[in-house]
Amino acid sequence: MTFDLFVLPFFLGLIFLLVVLGIKYTRWINALPKADILKIRNGIFSRKFFLSIKEIFFESLIHRKMFKQNALSGWMHMSFAFGWFMLIVIGNIESRVYSGKHINPPYYPIFLKFFVHDKKVLPFEIYTVPGFFRFSMDLMLLLILSGLVLAFIKRQHSKWFGYQRKTKQTEFDRFALTALWFIFPLRLLAESFTAGYYLGGGFLTNSLGWVFSCFLPVQYLAYPAWWAYSFALGAFFVTLPYSRYMHIPTEVLLIFLRNFGIKTEKNFNSFSEIEVNSCPRCGICIDTCQLNTSACIHDTQSIYFLRSVRQNEVKQDVAFDCLLCGRCQEICPVGINLNAIRITKRRDIQTLTPNSYNYLIPTQPPSVDVVYFAGCMTHLTPSIKKSMTEILDVTGVKYSFLDADGTVCCGRPQMMAGKIDAAQQLMDYNKTLIQKSGAKTLVTSCPICYKVFKEDYNLNIQVLHHTQYLWQLMNENKISLKPSEKTVVYHDPCELGRGSGIYEEPRQIIKSIAGLMSTEHEKADALCCGGSLGNVQINSKQRNAIQKDVLDELQKFHPDTIVTACPLCKKTLAKGSEAKVEDIAEFVCKALQPTANKKIRKEQFKSLTKAELIELAIEKL
Amino acid sequence: MIDFGYNINTDRQIDYDANDHRMSHFILSREPSYNLCIGCGSCTATCSAGNFTDFNFRKLHLMIKRGEISEVKTKIQKCMFCGKCLLVCPRGVNTRNLILTINCAIDELKL
Repeated sequence: MTFDLFVLPFFLGLIFLLVVLGIKYTRWINALPKADILKIRNGIFSRKFFLSIKEIFFESLIHRKMFKQNALSGWMHMSFAFGWFMLIVIGNIESRVYSGKHINPPYYPIFLKFFVHDKKVLPFEIYTVPGFFRFSMDLMLLLILSGLVLAFIKRQHSKWFGYQRKTKQTEFDRFALTALWFIFPLRLLAESFTAGYYLGGGFLTNSLGWVFSCFLPVQYLAYPAWWAYSFALGAFFVTLPYSRYMHIPTEVLLIFLRNFGIKTEKNFNSFSEIEVNSCPRCGICIDTCQLNTSACIHDTQSIYFLRSVRQNEVKQDVAFDCLLCGRCQEICPVGINLNAIRITKRRDIQTLTPNSYNYLIPTQPPSVDVVYFAGCMTHLTPSIKKSMTEILDVTGVKYSFLDADGTVCCGRPQMMAGKIDAAQQLMDYNKTLIQKSGAKTLVTSCPICYKVFKEDYNLNIQVLHHTQYLWQLMNENKISLKPSEKTVVYHDPCELGRGSGIYEEPRQIIKSIAGLMSTEHEKADALCCGGSLGNVQINSKQRNAIQKDVLDELQKFHPDTIVTACPLCKKTLAKGSEAKVEDIAEFVCKALQPTANKKIRKEQFKSLTKAELIELAIEKL
Repeated sequence: MIDFGYNINTDRQIDYDANDHRMSHFILSREPSYNLCIGCGSCTATCSAGNFTDFNFRKLHLMIKRGEISEVKTKIQKCMFCGKCLLVCPRGVNTRNLILTINCAIDELKL
């Protein structure tokens, strides 16, 4: 006997699932840009393919990132994913052994215990082939059930699992969750009842079956239990493509495509769609979001935003209510490019009114080696640009201050608001100016500018943030600094740290001239000061609430100075700070040693020829 | 006519009843901090675009409040969205959202 009516709910559910997934995935992959399809073609036959399989094993099955965050949560996810996967694999091999055929109907391994009643081996004879299968199948089922117990506990005590705030799931997701939760207890019951009647099963189902058979009519209960098990599976499969459990198959696809080098860029394309569908709505992004922890905003976090994207009902106030600090992106266990997706969606719902900057006409800047671009925010914190020009003067480098008479925005704020065309106009203007100057290095004081210069301008010259430039000057002995006894905490600006990966240079600079103290949230985990230009929605009270929490943490151990590397962070933090807030350029400028620096300059002059010296003197005049 | 060396200014009477207040209402419903403005002009003093053109956010704000919205569309296009005005505003007006909302209003009211 290899068929019974009760397999139908499962079987039809599975066919439905496969058809829906097939249609969706084919559509998404076909809709990818041509360049991305080429990347897939090249990727399939390369090392990237095997690296993806390794990543899928560690992330989709073992859930390594979840383990790192919280062991209980990791175990829960691992037991479900790995346990179920092993159940399918071992069950398949087992069914082949019993049927003697390589190809069996898909329901056969799932409901094998219903069709086959092997009484030849005892439940604990695991050294025999059938005994081994029984043992391992029961072990995997037990593994999954352990995860299920944890999932139950998590409903009540989500804090033990590292969740401070519970996620608001939709009714549909809850239905899918219920179906999922019913699957394995029902499997246990069905197998135990059958084992109790036929005396089969492994260590778990056999002993449980024996217990049940003592006081229950297991021969009558087994069949309904198999029906219920099949129904639970069918219900889960039918809801899967429309619920958050879509992440289970889609994440696998995502890992392949991401490793092939595909990513969400300026437009929301079908790869972004795949990313959105890969979101498991675990809610890790909620706790890490400062809008949630400091500003009492609970409905705009990435999880809710991605859900609205999936349901095609993006609201403007949700899309724009995000600091774009990147903390959620850093911690997301699936590694979804959350900031990029949000920006593309902002672009889609952006107004039609175009911007026109035809009043900007590029002039001819002086030709120099180094161009210094202060940026809008630096013009609001003049001490930074003053310090930078002072340092540049000391080094004797041939530089020009590109936006000394008022800056033209770098374009990043428009870009973050989704106005790419407006940003492009500003970028073209600045790019022309920079290229006309013939400089080999561009130094900027603002991390917001730095990111866009680096990533979107395609300048073909060295682009440095002033932290990098100062560190370079120190290494080349072009400036000499005097160490002090001061204690300092460093605040990582979002765009410089998470945005551009610059963590070490500012720390090295500070360590060489003062004592650097560490804080609770550092580097990739650093907090946003609250001044972010990414958020257009929050009001000044909410901004201040975020700023206050950040300041409290930075001032916890009463440092003499809070050093940061962003004019906007400086401006935001300086408002209520007891400690002095300085940009790293000011901090370095104050530590300059005039006499030693003069010596360095003299030595530089010594190496110059007479003609060069005359030229220099003329220039000074 | 005899040239006396001076002339009569054009009428600058503001007729609140005849003016178009739709944009003002639209903005107020979306960005309440619109009403906090005291017209100090800090935003305009620091404005990046104002450095190159006659773009004047304070004036724009005043015109919208009065309901004189015919020039808003051409003027608002000059804004670079850099956010300096937001940082200098002593009243905590969310100027950047105000600019976005003005753009939305232009779309919505089909100006």
